[in-house]
Amino acid sequence: MEHQASLQLTSSGADYSAHQKIGLAFIGVGLLALLITFLGEGALNPTVTLALSLAGLLTGSGILFARMLHQPAGVNNNGVWFSGATARGMAGWILGIVFTGFYILLYWTPSNLEQLIRGTDALSYAIRGSAADQWFLYGLFYTLAVLVMGIRMLIKYRDNRYQILRTISVMFFQLGLAFLIPNLMVLLNQPEFYFSYFWPLKYDYLWPSTFSSLTQGPGLGIFLLFWTAVMTVIATPVLTYFFGKRWYCSWVCGCGGLAETAGDPFRHLSDKSARAWKIERWMVHSVLVFVIVTTLMLWGNQWMGGGLLGGMSQEFSRWYGFFIGLIFAGVIGVGFYPVMGSRVWCRFGCPMAAVLGLLQKYFSRFRITTNGGQCISCGNCSTYCEMGIDVRWYAQRGQNIVRASCVGCGMCATVCPRGVLRLENGPLEARYNGPVLIHHDDMSVQLDETWKQSRPLMPPVQEDLPILTDDDL
Amino acid sequence: MARHIVIIGNGITGITAARFIRKLSDDRVTVVSSETDHFYARTALMYIYMGHMRYQETKPYEDHFWSRNRINLVRGYATQIDPGQKVVRIADGNDIAYDALLLATGSQSNKFGWPGQDLLGVQGLYGMQDLTLMERNTRNIAHAVVVGGGLIGIEMAEMLHARQIPVTFLVRENSYMDYLLPKEESALINREIAEHGIDLRLNTELKSIRGRKTAEAVETSQNERIECQFVGLTAGVHPNIDLAKASGIDTNRGIVVNEFFETSLPDIYAAGDCAEFNADGIGSRRIEQLWYTGRAHGKVVAKTLCGHRTPYQKGVFFNSAKFFTMEYQTYGDVPAQSEPHIRSRLFQSGRKLLRINSDRESGRVLGFNAMGVRLRQDQCEAWIRSGTSIKNVLASLGKARFDAEFYSNAVYRQAAAV
Repeated sequence: MEHQASLQLTSSGADYSAHQKIGLAFIGVGLLALLITFLGEGALNPTVTLALSLAGLLTGSGILFARMLHQPAGVNNNGVWFSGATARGMAGWILGIVFTGFYILLYWTPSNLEQLIRGTDALSYAIRGSAADQWFLYGLFYTLAVLVMGIRMLIKYRDNRYQILRTISVMFFQLGLAFLIPNLMVLLNQPEFYFSYFWPLKYDYLWPSTFSSLTQGPGLGIFLLFWTAVMTVIATPVLTYFFGKRWYCSWVCGCGGLAETAGDPFRHLSDKSARAWKIERWMVHSVLVFVIVTTLMLWGNQWMGGGLLGGMSQEFSRWYGFFIGLIFAGVIGVGFYPVMGSRVWCRFGCPMAAVLGLLQKYFSRFRITTNGGQCISCGNCSTYCEMGIDVRWYAQRGQNIVRASCVGCGMCATVCPRGVLRLENGPLEARYNGPVLIHHDDMSVQLDETWKQSRPLMPPVQEDLPILTDDDL
Repeated sequence: MARHIVIIGNGITGITAARFIRKLSDDRVTVVSSETDHFYARTALMYIYMGHMRYQETKPYEDHFWSRNRINLVRGYATQIDPGQKVVRIADGNDIAYDALLLATGSQSNKFGWPGQDLLGVQGLYGMQDLTLMERNTRNIAHAVVVGGGLIGIEMAEMLHARQIPVTFLVRENSYMDYLLPKEESALINREIAEHGIDLRLNTELKSIRGRKTAEAVETSQNERIECQFVGLTAGVHPNIDLAKASGIDTNRGIVVNEFFETSLPDIYAAGDCAEFNADGIGSRRIEQLWYTGRAHGKVVAKTLCGHRTPYQKGVFFNSAKFFTMEYQTYGDVPAQSEPHIRSRLFQSGRKLLRINSDRESGRVLGFNAMGVRLRQDQCEAWIRSGTSIKNVLASLGKARFDAEFYSNAVYRQAAAV
């Protein structure tokens, strides 16, 4: 098609309304103030310029979002593949580089972010009782991104109660459990603890170092250990059995929360090929093995008083923290949103997702069902699956979708124009159904034996997914 | 000895047939298409124009699927069939020999001889070439007119609207699609069209299209002149029978076939949109032009092509559509006009509508219409097949719900209160 994503920043052909121009102007002022804070060397008071920046960004976003309210409610992905920002055009690559660059500065040279950090001091003193560091700045930006883009989600999907509740949930967990409470705990002289993260995503929560610091530290340490153990060992499998991994990945988790809000404009960029699925399975399970081995080595070493392979376990944990915790989860996971979609980390790297996925696949009531023969193979479901599941492949043959990676965001069912997909928690029997396109019975015939013998039956058509063969014969 | 089965047309019928032939036999399979290199979902054409998807997202199978399953794809235009020599002639000069041939050539847009219908900027919408043309024809235009109140017409209006092109939508009927939909359903769609800012002109037909080389305006049956640079002609489609006709195969409106999809010539079959069942065929509708019927035809004809002659039988009718943001599903018998033997119960709450028809005498359930709510096809079909009483259906309607979790249950509450 001629209409391709190019150098444009936004959709082509569309004239900007006065409304949009005002919104964009505010965002421009906000970005400028952010740049001044970042580069200003403190010439201007960073608290003032950062506050100005946030005010500009929030007001501008608000104005742009308000415009969405004037359009009728309903799925609207118009121009997603035309806009440079959302279709890997130049704007998309610039965004990706800016996000990635921010993570690199944050992890390796936070001194470059000094003025931005100082700009958040006032807030940090108020809720944490101490000066800000780069992690406070990061937490603040992260939470604001989830909240602001969460509001966009609430408007965009305002006629879909599943999407509304799910978005409110991730906004709540990010703001409360991943930002305010950990900081308030510091203010109250307690350990900085994240109630919504568990091992193996928060890998060090089951490492001996955390155990010793919590048991020897002040106040709530024992309770926090108890919480971690209960959530990891009991709540995770039980909740996943009843609801699938979505209870965590698209309702609670902070990584998921950012993907579902700030990442929503990029969800269609995930790779749907069978090859990508293969890579995904190798990678995510390798990371899971890596974290399990590291954790076991650390404990073994602890019990043996450092006798297990010397400092090897420490090396392992350092490498895990560096490659998986920093590079994968942060730099690639978020930095690559505009290039590889919003769930790169969740799909290829997150060991928590791997555990939840195994539980979901083999020990859960959750599945996505398809509605008889109503699928028209249009491809909206696959396109907007952030996890890169080729949903259509199942839907067009009337087969339930039971996939380890599905985070249950419900977007396939939301964008389906024919009401074909439904997220369900149901009994385990017949959860894996075969291809059962409706009218299957009318059109299937009992082949008589002589015909079968005269014509050797070929193996079923290879359709890439080694799950079930087509039993249509 | 493996035979060679050649299929003309890589739409849903041709491709479904090819896939099932491969499942059933070791015969060689070749699919010829002049439209695209690979099978794509025609139903998704609108989404490409609107920017929801690109062409590659509309392909239901990855490109390597075809060679891996030994389904040979040929890009070319079949001009003639030589039934004596059993050869299909392709426009580039190559001949393809066949043992069995399936024509799945689909449809073409109707043109009713309107003055100006061949001007530049005037077109229908059926295939990929139409979409490319529409892309070119709608560049930097100020106003568009869409003619014809069917599914493609409303899709075209939505497409243009998504590109912020103002649209006037000429519909012959009193109310959108009132020839297929009862008046409440039709009224909901009228409202939906208006809410999206489309200038809907009911009771209005196209008289002529004006312009020197390109379209400049249309004149309507109301003697109005509407300035426009693009005219979408979407007054239905008809079977594409050019190839069959040129090759001496019996045709009427479509390529004439029996219930085994056999044409008048041996070893030549036709299925999908292009086929017309002969008098001995089945059911009242002799030409079936839905995605779903195309898929069903392809599956059945594959069995016949593989040597197991199988008649086509219709199941309980179903269809679905989406009119702007309004989803629609229908199961069984829901005529537009009320009929004496049918009792129709309507439950409506705002933009959500549920209609259940039953037999006035026996109370057996006959059909469902759902708008803005989703119903489970296998449940509705099971009720209709078994002739379940309307009383029992209303009492257990929850079993048929297919809405997303937490969805409004207003219409179901109404139904349960009956």
